[in-house]
Amino acid sequence: MTSPIEAEDATASVALDDETPAKSKAVETDAPVGRSPGQLMWMRFKRDRTGMITAVVVLFYFVIAALAPVISSLYGKDPYTLYAQEPDYPFLLDDFAMPSGSFGGISGEFWFGVEPNLGRDVFTMLLYGMRTSLYMALILTVFSVLTGVIIGMVGGYFGGKVDYWLGRTTDFFLSFPSQLFFIAFMPVVTALFVSPTDETPTYMRAVAILLVMWFLGWMGMARLVRSSVLSLREREFVEAAKVSGASRWRIVRKEILPNIVTPILVQGTYTLPSSILSIAFLSFVGVGFVEPTPDWGRMFAIGAEIYEQDPAFMFFPGIAMVVFVLCFNLLGDSVRDAFDPKTGR
Amino acid sequence: MLQFLIRRLTGAVVIMFLIGAFTFFLFYTIPQDFAQLSCGKNCSPENIAVIRENLGLDKPITTQFWEFMRGIVAGRDFAVGHCAAPCLGQSFSTGDFVWDSIMDRFPLTLSLTVGALVIFLVIGLGSGLLAAWKRGTALDKAVSGASMVLSSFQIYFLGPIVLGLFVYSTGWMENPKYVPFLDNPVDWAVALLIPWAVMATIFTAQYTRMSRSTMIEQLQEEHVRTARAKGMPQRYVFFRYAWRGSLAPIVTILGMDLSGLLAGGVVTEFTFDLAGIGRLAVESSLTKDLPVTMGVMLFGAFFILVLNIIVDLAYAYIDPRVRLA
Repeated sequence: MTSPIEAEDATASVALDDETPAKSKAVETDAPVGRSPGQLMWMRFKRDRTGMITAVVVLFYFVIAALAPVISSLYGKDPYTLYAQEPDYPFLLDDFAMPSGSFGGISGEFWFGVEPNLGRDVFTMLLYGMRTSLYMALILTVFSVLTGVIIGMVGGYFGGKVDYWLGRTTDFFLSFPSQLFFIAFMPVVTALFVSPTDETPTYMRAVAILLVMWFLGWMGMARLVRSSVLSLREREFVEAAKVSGASRWRIVRKEILPNIVTPILVQGTYTLPSSILSIAFLSFVGVGFVEPTPDWGRMFAIGAEIYEQDPAFMFFPGIAMVVFVLCFNLLGDSVRDAFDPKTGR
Repeated sequence: MLQFLIRRLTGAVVIMFLIGAFTFFLFYTIPQDFAQLSCGKNCSPENIAVIRENLGLDKPITTQFWEFMRGIVAGRDFAVGHCAAPCLGQSFSTGDFVWDSIMDRFPLTLSLTVGALVIFLVIGLGSGLLAAWKRGTALDKAVSGASMVLSSFQIYFLGPIVLGLFVYSTGWMENPKYVPFLDNPVDWAVALLIPWAVMATIFTAQYTRMSRSTMIEQLQEEHVRTARAKGMPQRYVFFRYAWRGSLAPIVTILGMDLSGLLAGGVVTEFTFDLAGIGRLAVESSLTKDLPVTMGVMLFGAFFILVLNIIVDLAYAYIDPRVRLA
């Protein structure tokens, strides 16, 4: 009887057999080399083809976002100019304010086409939109991860009453309907900084978005770190450190932190794309960034509005986002596998 | 079981109260004059004072909170009339009772979220099971690959594509709209088919992956191996032994995903231009109509808590240990 599962097991053991001679050979030829966990992780990661490819793609996104001004100056356009009103481009939009060229007005001049109604350049809009989203998501992820790690560590390490109340607070914030909360609190937080009669500057909007999302972004990490710390706290090496008179700070820094880096990094990898999606969500429903700040999420709002007339507009922002999220998720899986080879996919 | 339910319900009431208090104080203590806002720029100080009194903003914040909370339980009287029991206040801009506006919009949100929930649970768990059953075959690879790609799609990207395919270019279906369920259940389902399909696709993909991996994990458990060694039929082992065990972690994740489900509903509303509570939240938030925003927030939290209790009950049903704890 050969079930598919057994067949899978068989291939796994073959792969193991392949590896063992290679390892023993290495031991024979040169003296055993001590490798740090980080080096081991890197070695495993390098062998994972999906991981390497997705890492390159993700890096590519960040490089493009960082170089957006350079790229757009080479390309000769910016995301703000209404090119339809420029005398250089007389027939960019037709009588219905739709791009007159085929497939959203793609041409040598406008690589990804032209935006209907306003006639802006889609390529630079996307470039700068991605830049906004990626920067915001990066800051947000760093903030949330740090907050989560600190709260989780304090709760897990000190235990007792501190842990109880931190845990309750975490649970409380987890029970918020987070997206409705973002929608509801965006104007409130903005009002904290800007008087209602004034125009809200873009950076204030960015700060408001970050604050609102940071507020409800740390709980998952806090829970994860708390549970990891809780199990580490009772381990022998921590007790040994305690007995030998290490300070609490030292134990946290030198004994516990290095052991929870893995779950933190893996969770962080998954947090970033979801932050991007949350920010895009806000802009999509209309409470995030507003015109004329180029934003990835708002491109979908524009696209949905004019989809019937000009479906091509949505194509590039959409594909770019799908590829980004897909690669980041795959990368997260690869990072996890590289750090912790026990958890097979 | 009853005890379990009671404990959960008390917890829910406490959480609702805390969320209410938290939101209320954050909302009403910010340095912003709502009377000024609703009055406009050229407004005399006397007018502002009148508006402030009408809105109840002249009273101390704790009194306002107390009145708000009492309104939810016992109802409350406004200048325009009595606001019945679950009273969430009165809109600053339209003067409608918040509860009524929410009830106008809620059926759509409920239909969207619950409909999509049922669809993605059935299809997601089903396809995950299938992939685990045929593990390592081409079918498994196709299902896993497709779910990986589809889970990276966004509702606001997939939605217009589906609309373009089935509505704009072929005309096979009509633009999604909301037909009340009680008017005509068939029309209700047909009109919401596209939003359901789009929303469910994204979630289905995640649940397929999860169901596959937990199922594979379960199949390697000792008790499953024992059952197999005893010579039990494969199908029996698969469903009676492994599947039930694999459901527990999925239900846990589902409980954490409920807020995401509501968010998905909001995005779906906007993608298909439907008017549910998400749109109400955004509209009120942009016009700074605080009572409405606050009401929608509380109602959303309540909705999620109720779904959560249902999920917990399902969990208790699946995993006997929870019932005994």
